[in-house]
Amino acid sequence: MKKKVLTVDDSRTMRDMVSFTLKGAGYDVVEAADGQQALGVIGANKVDLVITDLNMPVMDGLTLIRRLRATPAHRTLPILMLTTEADEKKKSEGRAVGATGWIVKPFNPEKLISVVQKVCG
Amino acid sequence: MEDLSRFKQTYFDESAELLEVAESGLLRLTPGEVDSDEVNAIFRAVHSIKGGGGAFGFTELVAFAHEFETVMDGVRNNTVPVTTELVDTLIRANDLLGQMLAYAREGDPAPAGTTDGTVAALRRHLSGGAPQAQAPAAAPAAPPPTPVYAPTYADDEDDEAGLFGDAMAAIAAARAEEDPVPPGKLRWTIVFRPRSDLLMSGNEPAFMLRALRRLGDATVECHTDALPNLQNLEAELLHLSWTVTLLADADVDLDKINDVFEFVADDCDIRITAEAPPPAAPEAPPPVTDPVPVATPPTVVAAIPEAPKAEPPKAEAARPRPNGGGAEHAGLTSHTIRVDLDKIDRLVNMVGEMVITQAMIAEHVRELPPGEFQELLEGLEQLAQHTRELRESVMSIRAQPVSSVFSRMPRLVRECAATTGKEVQLVTSGETTEVDKTVVENLVDPLTHMIRNSIDHGLEGPDERERVGKPRAGTVHLSAQHRSGRIVIEITDDGRGINRPKVLSKAIEKGLVQPGATLSDEEIDNLIFLPGFSTADQVSNLSGRGVGMDVVRRNITSLGGRIGVYSTPGEGSRFVLSLPLTLAVLDGMVISVGEERFVLPLTNIVESLRPKAADLHGLVGKCDVMMARGEYVRLVYLHQLFGIPGAVADPTHALVVLVETEDGSRLGLVVDEVLGQQQVVIKSLEANFRRLDGVAAATILGDGRVALILDVAGLREMSRHMDSRAPRPPSPPVAALPAPALEPV
Amino acid sequence: MSSSTALATVGGSRTDARNDVMAVNAAEEQYVTFTVGSEEYGVNILSVREIRGWTPESRLPNLPDYVRGVINLRGIIIPIFDLRARFGGGATSVTKRHVVVVIQVGERTRGILVDAISDILAIGHDAIKPPPDVDGGMVDAEYLSGLYTADDRMVTLLSVEKLFSVENSELDSATKALPALERAS
Repeated sequence: MKKKVLTVDDSRTMRDMVSFTLKGAGYDVVEAADGQQALGVIGANKVDLVITDLNMPVMDGLTLIRRLRATPAHRTLPILMLTTEADEKKKSEGRAVGATGWIVKPFNPEKLISVVQKVCG
Repeated sequence: MEDLSRFKQTYFDESAELLEVAESGLLRLTPGEVDSDEVNAIFRAVHSIKGGGGAFGFTELVAFAHEFETVMDGVRNNTVPVTTELVDTLIRANDLLGQMLAYAREGDPAPAGTTDGTVAALRRHLSGGAPQAQAPAAAPAAPPPTPVYAPTYADDEDDEAGLFGDAMAAIAAARAEEDPVPPGKLRWTIVFRPRSDLLMSGNEPAFMLRALRRLGDATVECHTDALPNLQNLEAELLHLSWTVTLLADADVDLDKINDVFEFVADDCDIRITAEAPPPAAPEAPPPVTDPVPVATPPTVVAAIPEAPKAEPPKAEAARPRPNGGGAEHAGLTSHTIRVDLDKIDRLVNMVGEMVITQAMIAEHVRELPPGEFQELLEGLEQLAQHTRELRESVMSIRAQPVSSVFSRMPRLVRECAATTGKEVQLVTSGETTEVDKTVVENLVDPLTHMIRNSIDHGLEGPDERERVGKPRAGTVHLSAQHRSGRIVIEITDDGRGINRPKVLSKAIEKGLVQPGATLSDEEIDNLIFLPGFSTADQVSNLSGRGVGMDVVRRNITSLGGRIGVYSTPGEGSRFVLSLPLTLAVLDGMVISVGEERFVLPLTNIVESLRPKAADLHGLVGKCDVMMARGEYVRLVYLHQLFGIPGAVADPTHALVVLVETEDGSRLGLVVDEVLGQQQVVIKSLEANFRRLDGVAAATILGDGRVALILDVAGLREMSRHMDSRAPRPPSPPVAALPAPALEPV
Repeated sequence: MSSSTALATVGGSRTDARNDVMAVNAAEEQYVTFTVGSEEYGVNILSVREIRGWTPESRLPNLPDYVRGVINLRGIIIPIFDLRARFGGGATSVTKRHVVVVIQVGERTRGILVDAISDILAIGHDAIKPPPDVDGGMVDAEYLSGLYTADDRMVTLLSVEKLFSVENSELDSATKALPALERAS
């Protein structure tokens, strides 16, 4: 049974890259362009991991994480956030709302896969 | 890097869209009325461009985008005040970002210092307007050194955790004696003791242990000593800890191990020690200090990586395409797909060829004995219908709203207003009007020039406007709409209108018009489209940039379009531009004159009729007119205009096709025969030859022969010039026409 | 759909031909020669795209007689120039034996109508003689790139770029008469 990863990013380029890389590594990937869409996708799919950008229209990444953590079913769902550079403030904000970890943009495919394996096997 | 470069196209496409988003946002950014949603959208656009750029290693681009983003972040947080100057700087930065993207796309480095000025300007806004001593060079403008994430590991002095760790290390050391590390390997001992709420962040120790296993041979010991009694056990809390002994190749370093615990470093106690093979081993790696200082931070990927060296995972190679299977995500992805324009163009061409083939079949079928092949005929009729629908569907794929062009104009107006010191308000309407992509693209230059022209020549300065009782700010109205199968774009200003005496005297001065010639108002107005005409007393900064309205007209006509101007002195001017909706296919009527065949666009045709002699009249010896439906229309003899031998000269024996131009004026085109209606594929005459008066383009008919597609308004122009060549060429008044000299065909 | 028959397609063998030439003598180039009346002309083979039999043209209005019209060359529309008319010999009365040499000039494809193809010659640079002054003659020396003697025939080598650049400027000036000038006259 393939693990299903949801990539949430308003940038099509990023979604494409994440999606392509993870599919190549044997994951199922579903996409959403913002937090709101992501909630919809999670409502309709069993997702094993969420990779979300922070800065997005409609609903940003931190809000998405907060909303997910507020739902019992998703309290332990791995959520990785994408940050540019090593934004300490963003990281601690992310951790504070319950992010599992982070991926620093830009990333190479190998790094992405290794991080994903680290949090969802 | 093949695996990343395949996304470059997406990246550049997306970036182009983001640049437009940023630009239109910036243009709406007004001091005192900052809309935070807009600002966020601009920020995000720049941010996304930067993010993607990083993935492809576009260092210069990323460095510059970072500067831009920083200022936008300031605007977002209200630490950078929005001033007109700031907006100008940001707009410039956006332009420059576009340029940097272009360099990146071409794989060229930006010329040294390209971003210096803009970066300096951006930074000035950050530092509260105080100019910095020196503009930093582009390279140092790179993002600030990556702050390295330093996890807070438990101190060695720390109570039990430390002791616990020490104990484990001692055990490891003891084992080392009885089980020496093989040469070329390192034995790591990792003591991992997570905090009890670790699971709440979505981290799962099992996956981390599994990740360690991927690094080498791991032996995992689980410590259950901290497990509470069953009645105190909470499912979501973690009470276990682990000791992992990992025998790994020498290239597995501390960073790699730390990396596994990257996300939980704050939520656990961890001790890592390493043990090298006995020093005796000849090929042993350099001995590792024991214990390895734990404070070494885990790696954080730098903001700007070297080109990632990672090989794509093996499974990837077998996958045929990126996004393969994307359609499975029912309801998740948007309902649009991105298609390479080349593919659509191939489709368009193919439909074009199909239209020709269909016409050819239709032509052959016409020669079959009538009544015998009813089913074939019906089938063909259906095929024709389907072809038409297919064509329309394909063309609609290429259709784009003109908003992509219109949206560039506010900026232009702003610049022109600044340069001329005029106050200008731009009103646009009909932005959603759709037209073929090629037409849209080709509209940019003409519209740019015409709007410049309207502001530069049309509108008065604010003081002058006030004197004549107009509002200080002039208005330029840009509109688009569909009208009789074409797109009509109007540019209206409420300025002073065309100064006819001045235009006329200028035209005479330039030798474009003979002194003493009498021209109608309309004719004078249209003099501005003549090559070499410019009314600006001084070559102004705007309109005098080497192009005149003649170039505009040439651009428009080369698209099969027409342009006209209507002006009222003191009230303003209106430029009307009409263009075909598509440049590929049109519905036409095939007509013949002599041995030649032509195609008339169906949209121009009102009706065709064979006049009676009583309907025809000569008009002051200049031209022939015909009474059609209660109106006099001028007759235009195509054979005269085009010098075609062997045509039917007498309208009562020929046919008159009543045609109408976009501006509503009618004329009667005298032709030999109307052969039938068909779709034709528009082919360029200019690609290998040149433009011809009265000819819009060419096409290939069913028999493979070329036919010219007529430009009705162009024909009207030609006929006017013929009429005014007094004395009139030897075409006696129609009533006195002798029997037509029919030549054998 | 098209009644045309290509007599020969030079394009396919062009590379081979060129290679042969280069192997023999780097200073030699191949020319396709053709006749117009009793005269023989040559154009560099590298500019020749194909040679095809005459197919009826569609006429273009208000142009000099040496612009025969346009034909459909596999979906693109190319103009045909009548070389005889161009050199002042009047319009060619075409027969099925007449030939169109399709030439690539920069981005543009154009055809020239000639009587017949006569030869393909490998001509060394030093064998090309400069054209004499053709003062007041029909032929503008500008588009003559040289003269070559093959056996006892004289072959006039044409520079197609120049030939067509002359066409262009003449055509432009022919239609440059501005509407306003006519209107006011």
